[in-house]
Amino acid sequence: MTSPLFLPVAELPKLLARLLELGYKVIAPTIDQEAIVYSEIQSVEDLPRGWTDEQEPGHYRIKPTSNDRYFDYVVGPHSWKKYLFPPLQLISRAISGEEGWTFETCSDAPEQLAFLGVRACELAAMKIQDRVFLDGAYVDTGYQRRREGSFVIAVNCSVASPNCFCTSMNSGPRCKTGFDLALTELDDGMFVEVGSSRGQDVIEPLSLHAATTQHLNSAENLYARTVSQVSKHLNTDDLRNRLMSNLNDGKWDSVAERCLSCTNCTMVCPTCFCSHVSEVPSLDETVVERQRKWDSCFNLEFTAVHGTPVRNDVRSRYRQWLTHKLATWHDQFGESGCVGCGRCITWCPVGIDLTVEVNAICGGES
Amino acid sequence: MTTTPANDPPVSAWTTAPIVLRSTKAETPGVFTAEFEFKCEQDAARFASRPGQFNMLYCPGYGESAISLSRVCENSQRLVHTIRSVGDVTNRLARLKIGEIIGLRGPFGNGWPDFPDDLQHLIVVGGGIGLAPLRPVIEQFLASHMATRELTVLVGARSCEHLLFAGEYQSWRDSGATVIATVDRSAPEWKGEVGVVPALIDRLNIRDPAETQLFACGPEIMMSYSATAALDRDIPRDNIWFSMERHMNCAIGHCGRCQFGSHFICTSGPVFRYNDVQQLLTIHGL
Repeated sequence: MTSPLFLPVAELPKLLARLLELGYKVIAPTIDQEAIVYSEIQSVEDLPRGWTDEQEPGHYRIKPTSNDRYFDYVVGPHSWKKYLFPPLQLISRAISGEEGWTFETCSDAPEQLAFLGVRACELAAMKIQDRVFLDGAYVDTGYQRRREGSFVIAVNCSVASPNCFCTSMNSGPRCKTGFDLALTELDDGMFVEVGSSRGQDVIEPLSLHAATTQHLNSAENLYARTVSQVSKHLNTDDLRNRLMSNLNDGKWDSVAERCLSCTNCTMVCPTCFCSHVSEVPSLDETVVERQRKWDSCFNLEFTAVHGTPVRNDVRSRYRQWLTHKLATWHDQFGESGCVGCGRCITWCPVGIDLTVEVNAICGGES
Repeated sequence: MTTTPANDPPVSAWTTAPIVLRSTKAETPGVFTAEFEFKCEQDAARFASRPGQFNMLYCPGYGESAISLSRVCENSQRLVHTIRSVGDVTNRLARLKIGEIIGLRGPFGNGWPDFPDDLQHLIVVGGGIGLAPLRPVIEQFLASHMATRELTVLVGARSCEHLLFAGEYQSWRDSGATVIATVDRSAPEWKGEVGVVPALIDRLNIRDPAETQLFACGPEIMMSYSATAALDRDIPRDNIWFSMERHMNCAIGHCGRCQFGSHFICTSGPVFRYNDVQQLLTIHGL
């Protein structure tokens, strides 16, 4: 791969133009309903330039900054999962004819997407979902097509929120692999790392100069500063076994008293993958579509067998979520299911912080 | 001895094959056996299954239900499923008319382990509808193994009218099997055992526990106590197998619904070695 390049801030539109010219639909952070979310952009003017976010347990606000940086915030309620594993997807169709039902499987023609602004924790989350949908006995071919077709432009975080704990999960804040291009926003432009030949092909025609030692030093200073801002910590030493040996602990009752079982944490989580398939008949009932939708282990009916839920109380559902994410995920996929992005803490309506709950349930505060 | 991995996945796990209802037979209250045939002949090979596996039976507009094979018909177009009508899909299945077409995905799951070469005695423990996925094992065993090996079938049910496949016990006995049925609640006409299934294990004649295997399917509490009784009879832990049940939706390990500890029942199971689930079975609401 080529050595790092420098993209002057005034030339950022050229990168976007290049992607659009190649036929990519560019998805990036934008402001909608007072939050920074991911959606299609047409110009760099659509990026939340000069904005940042303020996060605490159960708290999220956006506010203007005193600078004009493009990427001076962390992650919001959206994750890239909504493009790779869509919240609603047509799986198959049953068609009623003269000789009874016939069945067809459905596959979408994925759009060519470019993701601009993927953070290190989100790169880690994509790799985790790859293990679920691509590495098992059954491959989700739709996920595979979307994943392989997407162009990933990572952005190194210039700030950390009080809910970030990527350093504990070894997932950030520095983007190391899994991108086509990675940007670090400096005062006067972007320090650009090329992570793939596809990235090289995209950036080549922009004829960028190599980054200088000064750029490199500025980037390194920024990484160090962001790391120093990460204040939340989760002790992951032997965490799988610590949790699994405390499944009957009475302290699960304490979190169950506060948890609303609202599913917010699972909806904003970039790695949660639970789903169910719904029957959607046409009005005349001659065609029935089967739609796969995001689901959550916090829903009561999620475990219903013969109409009776196996996890009949909030205690067992919260325990399922937390122990899957941090313990049994290791058994199933060889790694933790948590990337330390902090979304579940920010978007919990009652501000439950999983790092605090882990410490309460099995100790290990350090 | 290990469980045999699932068959190679079909081209797409969401491929649904049309199957035609050919006959139904009432079994016990709320339970019936349905025989289907593949509508397209070539599907029989693509969807071939082994004992202990399950299919997703699909009624358009109602959804799918995971139903185990209650008879495995090799080299045949026939599919035999024994179904308890308890939810939307299974109640719809109960109302199907002969000749009606529904959908099928599968087969899924690992199935029962192959019989080891040194097997001397197979003990099959079925509670209620749990006997359904065990019948293919019984039939396979009786078809090929009786000369040198022993088969004991223990069946439990709430009452004698709930004893599944009761009409077949005599033919199993005639083929050499020992069949003992027990009920929770007796009735004037009942001349058999009353009580729980694990208690029957205490009384069995088990000549060579080390070469004995126990396959169980039924309520979790019945399976757990059966395992305890088997351990008391010196049957090694590794020789005890459970078929587990949880809500299945995708059947391919992608939807999260059937998670049980570190397992997705659909892909790691439904058949588990006792050791792999023993601790998990002690946790309420897992």
